[in-house]
Amino acid sequence: MKNLSKKIVVWTACTLVLLLTSLQAVGGTLKVCTNCTYTSVKQAVSQAKAGDVVLVDGGVYLESGIEITQPIRLIGQNNPVIDSNNSGQIITVSSDNVTIQGFTLQNVATSYTRDDAAIRVRQQNNIQILDNTILKTYYGIYLQYSNGIVIKGNVVKGENVGRTESSLGNAIHVYYTDDVQIIGNEVQGHRDGIYLETVKNSTVERNLSHQNSRYGLHFMFSDGNAYTHNIFRKNGAGVAVMYTTNVRMEHNVFEDNWGAASYGLLLKEINNSVIYNNTFRRNTTGIHMESSSRLDFRNNDFERNGWAIKLMTTCIQDTFRLNNFTGNSFDISTNGNAQHNHFEHNYWEKYSGYDLDKNGVGDVPYRPVSLYSMLIERVPPSVMLMRSFMVDLLDNMERVLPSIIPQNLVDERPLMKKVNHDNNREFVQVLRQAASAP
Amino acid sequence: MNKIIKYVLYDIIRNKIIVAYTLFLLLLSIGLFNLGGSPDKGLLSLLNLVLLTVPLISIVFGTTHFYNSYEFMELLVSQPIRRSKIFMSEYLGVSLSLSAAFMIGVGVPVLLFAPGATGLYLVLTGVFITFIFVALAFLASVITRDKAKGIGIALLLWFYFALIYDGLVLFILYSFGDYPLEYATLVLTALNPVDLGRVLVLLNLDVSAMMGYTGALYKSIFGSLWGIGIAFAVMVLWVLVPVLASRRIFKRRDM
Repeated sequence: MKNLSKKIVVWTACTLVLLLTSLQAVGGTLKVCTNCTYTSVKQAVSQAKAGDVVLVDGGVYLESGIEITQPIRLIGQNNPVIDSNNSGQIITVSSDNVTIQGFTLQNVATSYTRDDAAIRVRQQNNIQILDNTILKTYYGIYLQYSNGIVIKGNVVKGENVGRTESSLGNAIHVYYTDDVQIIGNEVQGHRDGIYLETVKNSTVERNLSHQNSRYGLHFMFSDGNAYTHNIFRKNGAGVAVMYTTNVRMEHNVFEDNWGAASYGLLLKEINNSVIYNNTFRRNTTGIHMESSSRLDFRNNDFERNGWAIKLMTTCIQDTFRLNNFTGNSFDISTNGNAQHNHFEHNYWEKYSGYDLDKNGVGDVPYRPVSLYSMLIERVPPSVMLMRSFMVDLLDNMERVLPSIIPQNLVDERPLMKKVNHDNNREFVQVLRQAASAP
Repeated sequence: MNKIIKYVLYDIIRNKIIVAYTLFLLLLSIGLFNLGGSPDKGLLSLLNLVLLTVPLISIVFGTTHFYNSYEFMELLVSQPIRRSKIFMSEYLGVSLSLSAAFMIGVGVPVLLFAPGATGLYLVLTGVFITFIFVALAFLASVITRDKAKGIGIALLLWFYFALIYDGLVLFILYSFGDYPLEYATLVLTALNPVDLGRVLVLLNLDVSAMMGYTGALYKSIFGSLWGIGIAFAVMVLWVLVPVLASRRIFKRRDM
């Protein structure tokens, strides 16, 4: 009996110690509300020590210039609104290990010299920006020279109607930062939805970027990143990516980028990258690519685009396999005769060949470039003959006896049936065996 | 004049070809709208069809009708009626009945499936093209009295406007590709009513985004009410010139 009570005492002591130490690690909680000790976020943040939690209750706080200098967690409860009232930047993070969660930040004025943002992180590590709503700001989230950032579940909404591109900032702007995770955000109404410059080893996943004035996604010099399951819709000029190697783009949707200078995806000097399982739907140009080499396009769907792919002759060693081309006005267009790219086992809706041995692969090669698309590329005014009967006639003649269209741009083994990307494994295996058999 | 038009119309309707033409257009338009999925797609397919078949049928029907009613015209000429009146009644009779057929065959389905400005332009273009090609048919028929020759000329005219002209334009554009041709193409478009009609309708569909700089230029011109006015004024010219020319020939020649 004595033994037991001793044990209990020891146990309670241990738990108490543990609790105390864990409390020490979590730190204190500073509450901010209209009738708390702290009535402004700025005040609470400046008083907070390392490891503290600043808990902001619902309400509207007219504040700006909040600077976080300690590793704290700034948490919003019941959706507090911090309104900059068109003064300056709202939150500046100048410390490592900071979390900002659950706020609505709004009304940051356009500032050409300072690039004011709702949240700016400068030269810090391990920052988490979660579940915030950012409305009507110049820049939304602005990161520079930082490391290990998570931006998740935020909504960044700007107002770009009737404003010029130069008077708008980017929704998520990342500069010289590594290991960034941009996941599940919705960005719209800014200049670029997601802008990455010199960003390495990062992930952009499940974001929705739409109705931005310029690009839905824009990156340069950002090697080794993955872009998966994003949707880019109705952006002024689509998605433009440049000067980068080793990119992975999978399961993205590029749609409704329809306008005189719009692209679904513009690739310029992108090398050694893979583009798998994406959908390009109703874009003026699905993919425009120049000076891009060693890219692998597989299992993509090109539906109802003006041009599915504009492949400039500066592109070499690109492979296109198992893609579906349906309902595009032009499947492929190019600007010259030299062609060093490889097309195989794609499904072309316009293909009119036959399959005698019934192996699912057409017996006649398909040339996806039409004479007229070459002509438009060389003499743009000839677009006045679009959908003219004469043009259709010439196209068909050229297909039978090619003389102007590039001889080498050909799919020797076009598929007879549309590739069903979800359960095509068996079929691909059959193709592989067929290819390796002889 | 009204009386003569009435007789011409009676004659044409009795002839049943016009009924067949109406049914043909009606069937095709309804079929295309149901096949195409979106109304825009249906309009596009319909446009291609209208620009190919309507000129052909108008010009062939116009020529054969003119030669077939030659005796009737001779009879009228012996009466105290002015020749230009006879000619104009014949012309209006044929073109009105053909455009009525077009309005029923294409206009009604367009109204049902794709009402809007684009559909209106398509129907207007079709009506104008009917008038233009009947005028050209009459021109071909007054030039020569030999029926076979007349029909030959008419068919050649159709061939020229529907096919050869575009080939020529393509050739010109290709040869002079190094020069700025945007305004030249504008003139070239105006010189063929079929092309003019096609560009007018295309610019109102969202295909226009694909047309690049030339398209943007066209859009800035044809997009305004003023530009559309000019385009249709050019169409009116395309009707008036052959009609007046053939009326003149008809008035002066020996029956």
